[in-house]
Parts: sequence; structure tokens; C-alpha cells
Amino acid sequence: MNRAAETAVLPLPAASPLVREWLGFARRLSRRRTALFGAVVFAVVGLVAAAAPLLAPLDPIEQDLENRLKPPGWRDGAGRLHLLGTDHLGRDLFSRVLHGARPALMVGAAAVLISGVLGLVAGLLSGYYGGRVDDVLMRLGDVQLAFPFILLAIAVIGVLGPSLPVIIVVIGVSSWVIYARVVRGAVLSLREQEFVQAARALGVQDGRVLIRHILPNVFTPWLVVATLDMARVIVIESALSFLGLGVQPPTPTWGGMLADGRVYISTAWWLATFPGLAILLAVLGINLLGDGLRDTLDPRLKI
Amino acid sequence: MRVYLIRRLLQSLLVLLGVSFVVFLILHLTGDPAAVLLPPEASAEDIRRFRQTMGFDDPFLVQYGRFLRGALQGDFGNSIRHGEPAFALVLERMPATFELAGAALLIALCLAIPAGIVSAVRRNTPVDYFATVVALFGQSMPTFWLGIMLILIFSVNLNLLPSSGRGSLEHLIMPALTLGLFTTARITRLTRSGMLDVLNQDYIRTARAKGVGNPPVVWKHALKNAAIPIVTIVGIELGTLLGGSVITETIFAWPGVGRLSVQAIYNRDYPVVQAAVFLLASTFVLVNLVVDVVYTYLDPRIRLR
Repeated sequence: MNRAAETAVLPLPAASPLVREWLGFARRLSRRRTALFGAVVFAVVGLVAAAAPLLAPLDPIEQDLENRLKPPGWRDGAGRLHLLGTDHLGRDLFSRVLHGARPALMVGAAAVLISGVLGLVAGLLSGYYGGRVDDVLMRLGDVQLAFPFILLAIAVIGVLGPSLPVIIVVIGVSSWVIYARVVRGAVLSLREQEFVQAARALGVQDGRVLIRHILPNVFTPWLVVATLDMARVIVIESALSFLGLGVQPPTPTWGGMLADGRVYISTAWWLATFPGLAILLAVLGINLLGDGLRDTLDPRLKI
Repeated sequence: MRVYLIRRLLQSLLVLLGVSFVVFLILHLTGDPAAVLLPPEASAEDIRRFRQTMGFDDPFLVQYGRFLRGALQGDFGNSIRHGEPAFALVLERMPATFELAGAALLIALCLAIPAGIVSAVRRNTPVDYFATVVALFGQSMPTFWLGIMLILIFSVNLNLLPSSGRGSLEHLIMPALTLGLFTTARITRLTRSGMLDVLNQDYIRTARAKGVGNPPVVWKHALKNAAIPIVTIVGIELGTLLGGSVITETIFAWPGVGRLSVQAIYNRDYPVVQAAVFLLASTFVLVNLVVDVVYTYLDPRIRLR
């Protein structure tokens, strides 16, 4: 068998229907240029976060007080290029911006996972059982949504003290409602479908119906919500660090850099500009990816 | 209709009760409110006496009952820093926050609804692409960064607008734009998709077939029906705006509730924090109740439920 035939034939029998479905989906997604752009940006930000120590040309926390607030493109005595200039403590801004992707994505991923799982469980129970369970969970959601989120988050973090786990849990626990609502809506219509009715008529237990028959079908709307929510969480994380209630220095955070930049706004414009552009790019990419996922997977979903 | 309104009112009261419980919990998160309220250098004797006067040794529910009774009468205790009643301090700052949120909402509606309509009517033209891209950026841009960039351009470089404080219309422009951007982007996208949905409906085709001209079809037949989701989102967005004012007020030194509460958190002045969170959350619940009532008049289908 020659090489071309091998590559053309071999993958097919190995691929399960599910894998093929997702491959087809990935192809459709990549045909949307904006979604593709979003996916590429997201991948790049993820890569930067993972490999920041390797990619960053200089140490992000090493201070050089003799060379404070140098403009972008400045070269120091040793000939090292400071692409985005230096900050008020002489630290290399480019290296700091690269490292800033780490707390942002870490908080983003972990918080989305927490709220996603909480919301998924709440939505499944609420939609499947209805009645009292539904009432209680949805009223709880109303209470949650009534709060000015940022204010509540900073109040709680102010009491407990800012640390990575506290920030992740506070954001994670308070963002479940949107997942619950979307999953609940999907379950409400799935519950009436024939394959679910059939399974129940055959005496399959509720837990098994929920996990085997309903869960796989709510995954796509869940994924869309999770992607768009991640963009929101990254903005919140940077807002918290901007207020000094995020991951603490010396760890470089985009929000923290912006707060420094605000102080030196009249002398060093680059300090506030570039970390903000980094947030904008990351959030824009994830939003585009999320929009693309929605349009491809579930165009009727209104988020 | 009356049954619906009564049920909706009871729901709002229930939500407010939940809000009060969470606000009460803020102080009890670490397990010892005395440790949160007193400075770290307080002696054991001070702490003991403080616990007694504040009633922190009572059962949890008794303490909550006392807090709730106080909250309903607008009594959240005295501000630790200013010595005045916390509720009065927050209330005093409310007009500034309302002014800012109101201006932001006004800007958002004035920009977003025309933009969304034009974008939907001239679908897939450069106008549409431009509006869509701007809305997308607006949704992805962190408000605090936009605020700093506006200060950089209009205060530092052009020296046109004041970068902080409240008073004149010039003071209001940048904070309101900053706060309103995200809402503008959201309402633009919502108006566009809502109009696109409606413009494909049969009754629009019927209207056009009857010979109704383009402007009346768009402005009368379509917009009226597309307005329903917009009204809903305005209620929710007002909540976002009140909450979002925390950051915008901090950047522009706007003397509202948001800035007061951020300062209160830094100063560990928790009665003020509790009063602020409670008042902002209550406002949000109230606004949404009003929106739902308005809604029943806009959409007769709801009255039948």
C-alpha cells in the first residue's frame, strides 16, 4: 500500500462516530474566519502562559532602579532590547506582559471549571426534576444575580485576604447562574424527547438517564457558555488585580501593571497601554471563538 | 395579571431576604467578626468587650435576626472610620452613582439602538461590519483600561477634559463613556439580532406586500416587536452599571457609592460595605421589578399567564 492510500484509508475505521462528528465540526468552525482568528489568538495566549519563562527575554521581577521608565525599543548598557520599555522599577515590560498571561488564564480556567460544574449540576437537577427543586435553585440564582458582582467579590476578598485560591473560588462560586439557566433550558426540551421518554419507560433510573442520555446533549451549549464566560472571568481577574485585590505582587498581573501605569500616566504612556492591549487581545480572541462555537454548534442559543 | 404581579412582588421580597443574608454573612466569613472589625493590635480584653457589646456571642440566627431588623430600618451601625451612620453615608453618595449610571445608560441607548437598527437593515454592508466590529471591541475591552486611555488622550495629551471629580458636564463625559461602553456594545448586538429576527417574520412581509414603505416598516412594525428583549436587558444592564461603577468611580475619583465602598473595604469599614452592597442590590431588584411590570404592558402575552 502506498503512502497516500494509507493516510486516506487508515484513520477512518479507527475514528468513532463521535470523533468524526467533532472533526467535521472543527472543519466548519475553521471556515468562519473570525472564529479561526479567535481560536488562534486563544491558542497563542495559552502557549504564552504555558511557556512564559522560556519565551520572556528577561526576568519579569528583576528590578533595575537606574533604568526606570525607559520607552519602548530602548536598549540597556548590556545591549539587551526592552521591546516595550521598562516600568517604574526598571523591570522589562515585555517580559512582564508575557508572564501576566499566567494568572489570567489560570484564574480563568479554574474559575470557569468551578462555576461550570456547579451550574451544570444545578441546571440538570432544575430542568429534570422541576417543581420545588427548580423553584429553590432558580430563586437562588436570582439572589446571586441581584448582587453587584465586583463589589461583592472585593468585599469577600477584602475579608478573606487576596490569594489565588480565594480569588478562584469567589469568582467560580458566584458565576454559576448563567450555566444553570442555559443547561436547564436544554434539559427542559430534552426531557420530553422520545429517546429520554423511552429510557424512562424502560425503567432506567433517573441518575443514569441524566448522565447517559441528557448530559451528552447539553454539552455543546455548556461549552459555548464556558468559552464566553472565560472571557468575562479574565476581565474580572484583571479588574481585581487592578484594585489590588488580585494575585499579589511580585507576580506580574495585567491588572496590577495597569494600576502602576495609571500612576505614571502623564510620563510613561506605555506602562498602561500594553498590558491593556494584552487583556483586550486575549478577551477578544476568546469572545470570537465563543461566538463562532455558538454559531456553529447551537445558533439558536441566545447569550 | 394581578396574580402575576403579586407573585412577582413576593419573589422580589424573597430575593431581598437572600440578599440580606449574604450581606450579613460577609462579616462572618472568617468565623470571627470581631477579628475582622477590630485592628490587629487590639488586646484580648478589647476583643472580649467588643464581642459582648456587639452581641457576637449570641446564636447565629439571633444575630441575623438583629441584623435584618436593623437593615429594614436602615440601620447598619456606625461607620468605623467616620463615626456617622453607615446607611446615611451610603445614601448621601447614591445621587452621584445614579447620575453616572443614568448618563451611561442614556449614552448606551442613544448609540446602541440606532446602530443596531442600521446594522440589521443594512446587513452585510460596510456600515454593518463597522458597527459589529466596534461592538465586539467594546465587549472585549476592560472598562478600567478604556478609562485610563481616555484620561491619557483627553486629559494628559489634549488637556480637554478633567480627569477626576464631579460637578460640571465635562466631568461626566469620560466616566459615563467608560461605564457605558460595555452596555452599548451589548445592546447594539442585541438590537441587531432582535431586528434581524423580526424583519424575517411573516407580518413584516405582509406589511411590505401591502405597500407600507421601508421607514414605517422598520420603525413602527419591526422596532416595536424587537423592543421587548431590549427592555429586559436594560433592567439587567442597570444592575451591571451600578456594580460596574465601582471601578469607573475609582479611576475618575467620582464621589459615588462605588468609590466609597472600595475605600471602606481598604479601611476595613464593614458596616459601610454592608450598607452599600445591600443598597445597590436592593436597587437592582427594584429596577427589575419595575421592568417586569412595564414588560407586561408591552407584551400582552405575558398578562395571560
